Amino acid sequence: MNASRLLAAVASAAVVVTAVACAPPEKKSGGEQTNSGVTAAQATSAADFGGMDGLVAAAKKEGELNVIALPPDWANYGAIIKSFADKYGIKVNSAQPDAASQDEINAANQQKGRSTAPDVFDLGQSVALANTAIFAPYKVATFDSIPAAMKDPNGTWVNDYGGYMSLGYDSAKVPDMSSVNDLLKPDYKGKVALNGDPTQAGAAFSGVAMVALSQGGSADDIAPGVNFFTKLKQAGNFLPVDPTPATIESGQTPVVIDWDYLNAAETKKLPSWKVFVPQGAVLGGYYFQAINKDAPHPAAARLWQEFLYSDEGQNLFLAGGARPVRADAMVKAGTVDAAAYEKLPAVSGTPVIMTQAQTDKATKYLADNWAKAIG
Amino acid sequence: MAGSSAGRRLREALPLLPFGLFVGIFLIIPTVTVIVSAFYLDGVFSLQRIGLLFSGTALSALGKSVLLSASTALIGAVLGAVLSWLVVSSSPTSTLRRVVLSLCSVLAQFGGVALAFAFLATIGLNGVLTVWVFERFGFNLAGDGWLYSLRGLILVYTYFQIPLMVIVFTPALEGLRAEWREAAVSLGASRWQYWREVGFPLLTPAFLGSALLLFANAFAAYATAAALVSQGSPIVPLLIRTALTSEVVLGQSGFAYALALEMVVVVALVMVAYNMLVRRTARWLQ
Repeated sequence: MNASRLLAAVASAAVVVTAVACAPPEKKSGGEQTNSGVTAAQATSAADFGGMDGLVAAAKKEGELNVIALPPDWANYGAIIKSFADKYGIKVNSAQPDAASQDEINAANQQKGRSTAPDVFDLGQSVALANTAIFAPYKVATFDSIPAAMKDPNGTWVNDYGGYMSLGYDSAKVPDMSSVNDLLKPDYKGKVALNGDPTQAGAAFSGVAMVALSQGGSADDIAPGVNFFTKLKQAGNFLPVDPTPATIESGQTPVVIDWDYLNAAETKKLPSWKVFVPQGAVLGGYYFQAINKDAPHPAAARLWQEFLYSDEGQNLFLAGGARPVRADAMVKAGTVDAAAYEKLPAVSGTPVIMTQAQTDKATKYLADNWAKAIG
Repeated sequence: MAGSSAGRRLREALPLLPFGLFVGIFLIIPTVTVIVSAFYLDGVFSLQRIGLLFSGTALSALGKSVLLSASTALIGAVLGAVLSWLVVSSSPTSTLRRVVLSLCSVLAQFGGVALAFAFLATIGLNGVLTVWVFERFGFNLAGDGWLYSLRGLILVYTYFQIPLMVIVFTPALEGLRAEWREAAVSLGASRWQYWREVGFPLLTPAFLGSALLLFANAFAAYATAAALVSQGSPIVPLLIRTALTSEVVLGQSGFAYALALEMVVVVALVMVAYNMLVRRTARWLQ
């Protein structure tokens, strides 16, 4: 009796000790002093480390990098993480791969000052522009070859990759399509899915905007897009399932409105999956890359940026079907992976990229009207 | 001597420490955070967030959540009770009984994405069964896509509610002693009279208590609904998700705290009622 009680006490003490040991240590962030005298967390370019070699050495010393919300099958992030880890011998901790942009910011705020906080962000436009106060400005070596519209002049954020809204479809299950209006045909009954709820998911939001462009709307007027989904719903063609690789491969979502690089990634697993960017409705969208100003591994975070914007990193995005932000410069310089570049879906017409003001206006319209439109 | 008794009490409480710690970290601290955050806006007491609970969206979500939980609790409780009665009537060593009980233990925990996907792939708009029935009989099982709405959630939730009812209600049925039935019969009661006068009154608190547990179970369920419903946020847990993670409409996390508080209050009420009923049942089962 006494022995068992003692045992229980010892066991419980052991649990408590383990629990305490597991808690991530509080860490004074800021990193070590660099060659130029500023801390790694204040470095605004590799020069502050005395060049790339200094940056690599500082990052290796930190040994780890925390990334968040990077699904391995999204824009080739699986391969990118592996290449980075192999090249520099830095352990990459990938947290919550399926999380949303806002989750990244929530995690940074909740885990502030801990060694588990995210070092870098990959965010949708709205979330990125609303949180610039927690980003650390940094200019990568290739900063000048990034188009001016796609970066903050100080490097607080920089677009990393993007694509165009597309219709992905299983050509073994549904006929080929030549315009968005084809989706109203009886052939597509109960088969057209949107990647999420446009009042929640950035991809779905852009999907509605793309449809608006095809219906005579514009970046300033997405009402025609919402009306089209009402018609789609009335025709019985709208499929209210959140598409995932599992639903696509099992045939539950035969048509998916989503970014072309995400649809293109499915083609590798399902050869009959085709990607179509409708003519005259080319809506572009780029993701935003930024460094957490309280990054627990400030040097590794900066090395990650250098890697993503190097020719190697940009070509890895391209291999995943995404359009790297430096694509034009790399085509000119001849450093682009030509075979992968050729494979991007054909696009005609000038892409529309919504400004934050247009996005805000559309968001308001969607918040008021989307539920009614498909209810 | 007072010191040694205090010391003994401390020793006895020690094994509970890890449990207390876990409850503190994962239940008490989050609950307090939710309550405080629902009322304090930038450090100032405010009813603004609570006020949002009375908006059309929030009220409709609460209504649907209650409807979903109540209907699946009722369906699950009735069908589950019948199934437990069948299980208890069979001999304790029968294979059927053991199979049903172990199956129930598994299925009661079978929720989330896997369950939602199983239903999607079977009777969704492009489900295997839907396609097969349509080809054979020309009848569209999936209809207008009811599976992705509240009606679909009711069906899918019932799938894990019935087994849970069997698990929590079977012990109460087993507690009905054979002697009570024998006594009733020896006093000339018919089978129906025994159930009406003895069985049902004895089981009512246990039945209602189990139904309340089912209600709370459905009310808090999240993953299944999240995987099944992609458009809109018809129920409270999904509305909380939207408020927390929306990439499009930002800055709603305060609203999420208020919604979470609303859920805490509803579940607390249900659990108080549950405890009162359990206490009544326990009196008979001693």
